[in-house]
Amino acid sequence: MTSALPTDYLLHLADNALVLGQRNAEWCGHGPALEEDIALSNNSLDLIGQARLLYQAAAAQIGGGASEDSLAYFRDVPDFKNYTLLELPHNAPLASTSASDRDFATTVVRNFLFSAWMVLVWDRLQQCEHPELAAIAAKSVKEVRYHLRHSRDWLLRLGDGTTESQARVQAAVNHLMPYTQEFWSHSVYETQAAQVTGLDTLSLRIDWDQIVAAALSEATLTRPAAGGFVTTGKQGLHSEHLGFLLAEMQSLTRAHPEAVW
Amino acid sequence: MNAQIARAWDLLEVLTDPEIPVVTLRELGILRDVREGPEGLDVVITPTYSGCPAMSQIQDDVQSCLQQSGIAARVITQLAPAWTTDWMSPEAKDKLRAYGIAPPHACPSPSGSVVQFAARSARHPAGSELLAVACPQCQSLNTTETSHFGSTACKALYRCLDCLEPFDYFKPY
Repeated sequence: MTSALPTDYLLHLADNALVLGQRNAEWCGHGPALEEDIALSNNSLDLIGQARLLYQAAAAQIGGGASEDSLAYFRDVPDFKNYTLLELPHNAPLASTSASDRDFATTVVRNFLFSAWMVLVWDRLQQCEHPELAAIAAKSVKEVRYHLRHSRDWLLRLGDGTTESQARVQAAVNHLMPYTQEFWSHSVYETQAAQVTGLDTLSLRIDWDQIVAAALSEATLTRPAAGGFVTTGKQGLHSEHLGFLLAEMQSLTRAHPEAVW
Repeated sequence: MNAQIARAWDLLEVLTDPEIPVVTLRELGILRDVREGPEGLDVVITPTYSGCPAMSQIQDDVQSCLQQSGIAARVITQLAPAWTTDWMSPEAKDKLRAYGIAPPHACPSPSGSVVQFAARSARHPAGSELLAVACPQCQSLNTTETSHFGSTACKALYRCLDCLEPFDYFKPY
């Protein structure tokens, strides 16, 4: 028998994948180069595929007609449990909305920081006692490992590139690094989940730090101080940006709830 | 029942991947099992990439292929063990090559670090764990990766530096 895994934990993992998948999909048709357009769309495809599997698992636990679609399209901002990092627009800080010109460096740095984290998380979860989550993790780790390789390559190329690219990618690192503190902040459902999965997120921090430090140094970038503020997206307390993202993603389904094609 | 299972395998043998129509679902390792189920046969398939858009097409293809021959079956999607390109048969790899797609190398051994980085091309072998990818046209190993991602989730884009042809490489997964 499968031990009970908090549904909120599955939703947290699913929301992370869906929100970043939706964000990165904004590049579809607007990529800085054709290959990058395809790369980021493929990246989103993987993430949205992972989100579907996780929502299906969550829906099975919730029961009562819940489905992957109801969880993705009919929940609102306070119900989403993704890291705040993943909902931010592809812009430097204070750049208003996602309609501003997208900054590729921000995209690259975020994908790098998150993929480096999820490679470690999925690697650990694929050995966990919960067979369904372990199966999803075993698939996801292969995909995220490739995302990490891709974003890390770009981090090196931009960091160890021109003065302009170096300055822009350093600005993105300075902007995004403080948000990563949410990776190991406390939440009730993660603590409960850890009793089933055996995953102690704090224990992965050293490995993550090493991946990040090695890449930043190779890319001739410096790591900023973390700062004091810790974001709270995984508790359902989000930045102003998630609402706009969900509005764009959910409006069609909400206008035509039973539509099929 | 055993005869019907054998017949189902025969019928399903004609089904190919929707995006790579030269290899069958069985050769790719997507079609895992055909067995007796509660209401007819259970056909077990395993998804490739989590978000691969071909999966629902494959499910429909399996369903309608058996239905047309009057075999009641349901399609079961099974996640574990996770699909890997290592399941691809040698015949499938030959067919891919003949079709112009470089077949995948063996997956790196799981004993190493979970984080794996590979050289970008044969000309930059520093830190390489990846063997060079042979051009499916001229077999040259002097090739370079143009893009990590290609026309589908499962492929990367390469270029041969000898015959100058671009080609797809089926990524080890």
